Amino acid sequence: MSYDMVCLIKQVPDTRNVTSDVLREDGTVNRQALPAVVNPDDLFALEMALGVKDKFGGKITVISMGPPMAVEVLKDALSRGADHAILLTDKKFAGADTLATSHVLESAIRKNGNFNLIFCGRQAIDGDTAQVGPQVAEKLNIPQATLAESIEYLHGDEVVIRRVIEGGYERIRGKIPLLITVTNTAERPRPPSVKRLMFWKKAKTISSVQSEEEREMLSNRGLLIPVWDLEDVGCPAEVCGFVGSATWIKRVESVKLTPREHKCFDTSEQGIKDLINELIVEHII
Amino acid sequence: MNRQVMENGVWVFIENDLGAIADVSFELLWKGRELADQLRSELACFIIGHGVLDAAPELIAHGADKVYVADHSQLGHYLTLPYTRIAVELIREYLPSILLIGATNTGRDLAPRIASHMRTGLTADCTDLQIGEYKFGKRIWNKILLQIRPAFGGNVIATIVTPETRPQMATVREGVFKQPSVDSSRKGQVVQLNPTLTEQDLILKIVERVKAEKKVNLKSARVIVAGGMGFGSRENFKIIHELAKILGGEVGATRAAVDAGFIDREHQIGQTGVTVRPNLYIALGISGAVQHMAGMQESNRIAAINTDPNAPIFSIAHYGIVGNLHETIPRMIKAYKEKD
Repeated sequence: MSYDMVCLIKQVPDTRNVTSDVLREDGTVNRQALPAVVNPDDLFALEMALGVKDKFGGKITVISMGPPMAVEVLKDALSRGADHAILLTDKKFAGADTLATSHVLESAIRKNGNFNLIFCGRQAIDGDTAQVGPQVAEKLNIPQATLAESIEYLHGDEVVIRRVIEGGYERIRGKIPLLITVTNTAERPRPPSVKRLMFWKKAKTISSVQSEEEREMLSNRGLLIPVWDLEDVGCPAEVCGFVGSATWIKRVESVKLTPREHKCFDTSEQGIKDLINELIVEHII
Repeated sequence: MNRQVMENGVWVFIENDLGAIADVSFELLWKGRELADQLRSELACFIIGHGVLDAAPELIAHGADKVYVADHSQLGHYLTLPYTRIAVELIREYLPSILLIGATNTGRDLAPRIASHMRTGLTADCTDLQIGEYKFGKRIWNKILLQIRPAFGGNVIATIVTPETRPQMATVREGVFKQPSVDSSRKGQVVQLNPTLTEQDLILKIVERVKAEKKVNLKSARVIVAGGMGFGSRENFKIIHELAKILGGEVGATRAAVDAGFIDREHQIGQTGVTVRPNLYIALGISGAVQHMAGMQESNRIAAINTDPNAPIFSIAHYGIVGNLHETIPRMIKAYKEKD
């Protein structure tokens, strides 16, 4: 049996290493200075899907909801071995919380057609909620296996998943269709292949095509990445984006870091000795 | 969901495995009690599991007015589908205004599933919860839950509200709130449910479960020596273990260091890890992402060592050294060994 798989991926600002280089004078973070990347956990999800494809065959559709520039993460996924990609872009999708996001993704997955396995990263580094995966599973009315490390067995519609639990792991057995969220302790993501990278580099979305000739050329070569808007996705406008969100933001405060007075010590042997002595005298250690 | 009819108190999900209740559930009872008192409403909790009826008096002693117990021989360990179904049936019947769930692996599996069923909002990993008002245009919502959490990798602090749907749901990490004091004279009501399971509930079954003894106890450590990306490798991290051992402390790490594979996840401190309040926190090669600082800034004393003099961590440190770790740490070990 070969499998119809969907992998949900997200483009995120790389918040992992916020150093003083991206801090403004007033101590707030300049988010524009952070590079846009594929959400790290999503690459582990894609790898798990590719592993299934390698062993059993099948096709992988990667879907991302985001602004037009998010096409870059789809091209990355295609370069690593995904078969199809769909970009979900519409101004009406903007400002979505996880509930509204999951409505759009659910509709897109249904519209894409038959599915056996859906993969997502454990969580996205910009929000860290880990909510969209389970919310999509609930809306598709299928079970979920979160924090999965590996698919240990797959035969027909029988599946065994190893997943992380508090202080250990468990094996769960069940049936597909299933939504799986994948941790970064799973199989390491493969790099893009050079051949695929060169091929998909030229891919574009229809909205960024300059002329009819270009559109036809890209289309003939399979390099036109479909873009679905609200109408294409086909879910009601009132459940999407800002209007469809149940959580609203009351206030956002940029964290400002103003130096607190602290005692400085130098790195000389004497400096370190002074620090240790101070800690002892103050009964800290 | 009509919010007018869903103002029936504060609820807490009591997480347990074979009857052993997670610390975070007691911590949420403490916060839940405070919120319920402010709302002049009741604090209820629900526990799903096997052999969990005996836990009810303890939950009442920790602040609950009402305990719903769903006991079934096949529910001793958490399973997404039956736990969600039982929770959703309870919520539909009793219409709680607020529902708090621990941000554990289990809670983060269950909470979004429930929120999706109820088509309501959910805020993950809150670092504070308050009752307050929200104005939008000419409309005002009174006495709603203010859900406070760092966002964008911890670079901003957001206050989030769920004005129009119920329950208002939030998850909270272990250690963010205090453990409640126990009052065994408290009175409360126990409601026993008799859940029956369907074939659909058990479509996923646990076939094996392996749990290691918890080796790291960050929450009760007096001294924590924590490392960040500044170390560059798992090998280089070893010296942190050495320093921690000499000081009689535990080893902590930033999320970036954990993600990079320098150390196991159980050592992670911060908004998405454990929140700690040791007597001394030594931050080594940690730049100071807000999401990390959210988990350690209440330490009694903080010592920071970093090569970057502008690293944000210095803004919350009591003692600072600008310098190279590989030079400084051996000197600290030496100085402590040679103390008078």
